[in-house]
Amino acid sequence: MRPEFPLFPEQASTVAAHVDALYYFLIGVSLFFATLIFLLVVSFAIKYRRRSEDERPQPIHGDLRLELVWTIIPLGIAMLIFVWGANLYFTLSSPPSDALNLYVVGKQWMWKIQHPTGQREINQLHVPVGQPVKLTMTSEDVIHSFFVPAFRIKMDVVPGRYTTTWFEATKAGEYHLFCTEYCGTNHSRMIGRVVVMEPVQYEQWLQSGNGTGGVAVGEAPMVVGARLFKEQRCVTCHAGSVGGLVLGPSLAGLFGKAVQLQTGETVTADESYLRESILNPTAKIVAGYQPLMPTYQGQISEDELFQLIAYIRSLEQATETTGEAKVEP
Amino acid sequence: MSTAAIEARDVFPTPPESREHYLNVNYGVRSWLLTIDHKRIALLYLASITLFFFLGGFFAVLIRLELLTPAGDLVESETYNKLFTMHGLIMIFFFLVPSIPAVLGNFLVPMMIGARDLAFPRLNLLSWYIYTIGGVFTLCAAVFGGVDTGWTFYTPYSTTYANSNVMLTAVGVFITGFSSILTGLNFIVTIHTMRAPGLTWFRLPLFIWAHYATSLIMILGTPVLAISILLVALERALHIGIFDPALGGDPVLFQHLFWFYSHPAVYIMILPAMGVMSEIIACFSRKRVFGYNFVAFSSVAIAVLGFFVWGHHLFVSSQSVYAGLVFSVLSFLVAIPSAIKVFNWTATLYKGSVSYQTPMLYAFGFIGLFTIGGLTGLFLASLGLDVHVHDTYFVVAHFHYIMVGGAIMGYLGGVHFWWPKMTGRMYPEVWARLGALIIFIGFNLTFFPQFVLGYLGMPRRYHAYPPEFQILNVMSSAGASILGVGYLIPMIYFLWSLRYGAVASANPWQATGLEWQTPSPPPTENFASTPRVTEEAYDYAPLEAKVA
Repeated sequence: MRPEFPLFPEQASTVAAHVDALYYFLIGVSLFFATLIFLLVVSFAIKYRRRSEDERPQPIHGDLRLELVWTIIPLGIAMLIFVWGANLYFTLSSPPSDALNLYVVGKQWMWKIQHPTGQREINQLHVPVGQPVKLTMTSEDVIHSFFVPAFRIKMDVVPGRYTTTWFEATKAGEYHLFCTEYCGTNHSRMIGRVVVMEPVQYEQWLQSGNGTGGVAVGEAPMVVGARLFKEQRCVTCHAGSVGGLVLGPSLAGLFGKAVQLQTGETVTADESYLRESILNPTAKIVAGYQPLMPTYQGQISEDELFQLIAYIRSLEQATETTGEAKVEP
Repeated sequence: MSTAAIEARDVFPTPPESREHYLNVNYGVRSWLLTIDHKRIALLYLASITLFFFLGGFFAVLIRLELLTPAGDLVESETYNKLFTMHGLIMIFFFLVPSIPAVLGNFLVPMMIGARDLAFPRLNLLSWYIYTIGGVFTLCAAVFGGVDTGWTFYTPYSTTYANSNVMLTAVGVFITGFSSILTGLNFIVTIHTMRAPGLTWFRLPLFIWAHYATSLIMILGTPVLAISILLVALERALHIGIFDPALGGDPVLFQHLFWFYSHPAVYIMILPAMGVMSEIIACFSRKRVFGYNFVAFSSVAIAVLGFFVWGHHLFVSSQSVYAGLVFSVLSFLVAIPSAIKVFNWTATLYKGSVSYQTPMLYAFGFIGLFTIGGLTGLFLASLGLDVHVHDTYFVVAHFHYIMVGGAIMGYLGGVHFWWPKMTGRMYPEVWARLGALIIFIGFNLTFFPQFVLGYLGMPRRYHAYPPEFQILNVMSSAGASILGVGYLIPMIYFLWSLRYGAVASANPWQATGLEWQTPSPPPTENFASTPRVTEEAYDYAPLEAKVA
């Protein structure tokens, strides 16, 4: 049970204990220096208190050795903390490759979450214990920030781009989800809960679908994305040819691969690249193709973008086994 | 002039009314509003920033009252958001930034270097008018409906989504920035060109070094703030796409521009307080500041390094991981000069002659609170830990330890220290000590619980919060009520002392420094004849050596 008056938040993710370890170390360092300064000031102030108005102590100009000591020792400790914190930051910004991919859209003042299996939730997030989860996030309006204190993770959710964060929950339970970037009138009500479930319960939740409130079960994002791919006429240039001419590069097997650009640069085809290529197609032109694609800026929503990307992502998995897309457009 | 001579003359100080000085040389509103005397302009600033301080404090009281209960039940969310916005704007731009430089700096920079006035007296008066006009604009924004962007004006909220008086506020802050620039310019030119004969750079009081470093930040940083705010106004009014991605802009670009000024601005607030500390600690230990050169150069190091750490406000903003690494390591480096100062002040007490008058109590308070504020800065500079505590109450607690625990303790210590010089009257010592104690206790009760709250995960700028955070919030609000009383006490006895305070001698603390070698209050021309300096600063030489 949690104590009535907690001083530390619950640890419910794989990184929580590591973050706390650094926190405890820093508390130790702070206590040491604060106590040292306090004791020195108090003892000097008492020992050398003014005993008569005529007192004129001998001047002391300084001491180079002392200056070096109290420059180099704090510098060493500071560098240790820097390396420790940087190391942790790398862990926090590198999601494992086997992570479950969830999409998060923030808007004034709610969190919308899409599961790859078709569940859609508002202001809540159901996840299993022991499974790394990667969140790809964007905002429809202003900057928000996705913060789960029990997981020790936080990432701004920025309009016009994707940001990512990840966690692996270690303990079943319900945890706070807060928006931590001031986003307007109801900022403090842009909150939710993360429900961490044992794998068995999680499977049941996935099956039962809309049994719990706030969850809608629809088609999987890649299925919707496949339909969009057709409706938005992406299919015309990216899967097939027009009068014998191949106008756009094939997207099969694209996701996660390196793409050679006209400029000679090479970029990785990740979510951000796909997003940019859909909304601002002329920003990066693939080598060997013409800048013919029209922009889709303002024509598809953030949710639809995620669905299209989920579809393009699924094309990758298909090529490895059958050479055909798993979901036919 | 020897210390013994000063003492001999001061045995029977004459009441300030009996001779002509800068306060009684002429009377009337006109003589104040058109004055070009740096001492009178300092008092104009003192009156204005005191007004703003209590206004900003009033907003803080409402914030702490609202947070007594988890539900947002005292005011509407929109009102709450306007309250913390106005609190931040007023306290930072209209109180903390001008506080020590524009009041104590204005009064003391010329006196400490043996000059008659600042280099550009009319520019000095202009800077007060600019400050006042900026303040009126911002107050108008508050009166005509308020502004709810937070003092940080983050885009695209401020440019596209906010429905409050963003433009009026932006104009106010934009205008006020110029008063800072002019003050900084004035100080730099004055310090370079108007030092008394014999007053070499390394004989300067450390207060002057601190103000020199502060002035560098003011003239280099403030224009960038002005540009950022101008760009916000352009996007908001004319829909020129700079920050809003819907218009083709980059929202994070604003954060880079804003913090390029606003992080160094923290040093605008704390460096002058550090300068005050060096003066007070030397005087009340009767010893030269230990490691003078290290303390002097650490001010410059803070001013320079302070310009390269802004990215530590963007660790979770989608800034690249590698940029984060660079900003993190630089943020750790900027902590070192601050540590050097604290160690040197502590060492100054060693084998000194320490007395516990009120300014020294504020100095003790400053060392303690600034140390805690500085150490908790390490938590935030550390990348992996900042991810968790970023934008929580941990940050709120940290910067209040620096800005209130550091800058305001420094400011109040300085006002007490130089009050006799400015007014010719002593404040009541017993009440002043009591006030300092109440402020220290109230401050810690208010802000220490917020470190715990922040690590538990309570986000800042929250109107309503989960019930498990209530105990710590009630503690914080209770502390704030004590702190509020603490700030009223000096306000009352300072006003009282103007009429009833004991008459101050030219040098009541037996301090060194040129400002103490002229009567209290000083004549308009500061010094009867230009002083010559033959000694280093803080020359508290043994009495027998002096007499001999």
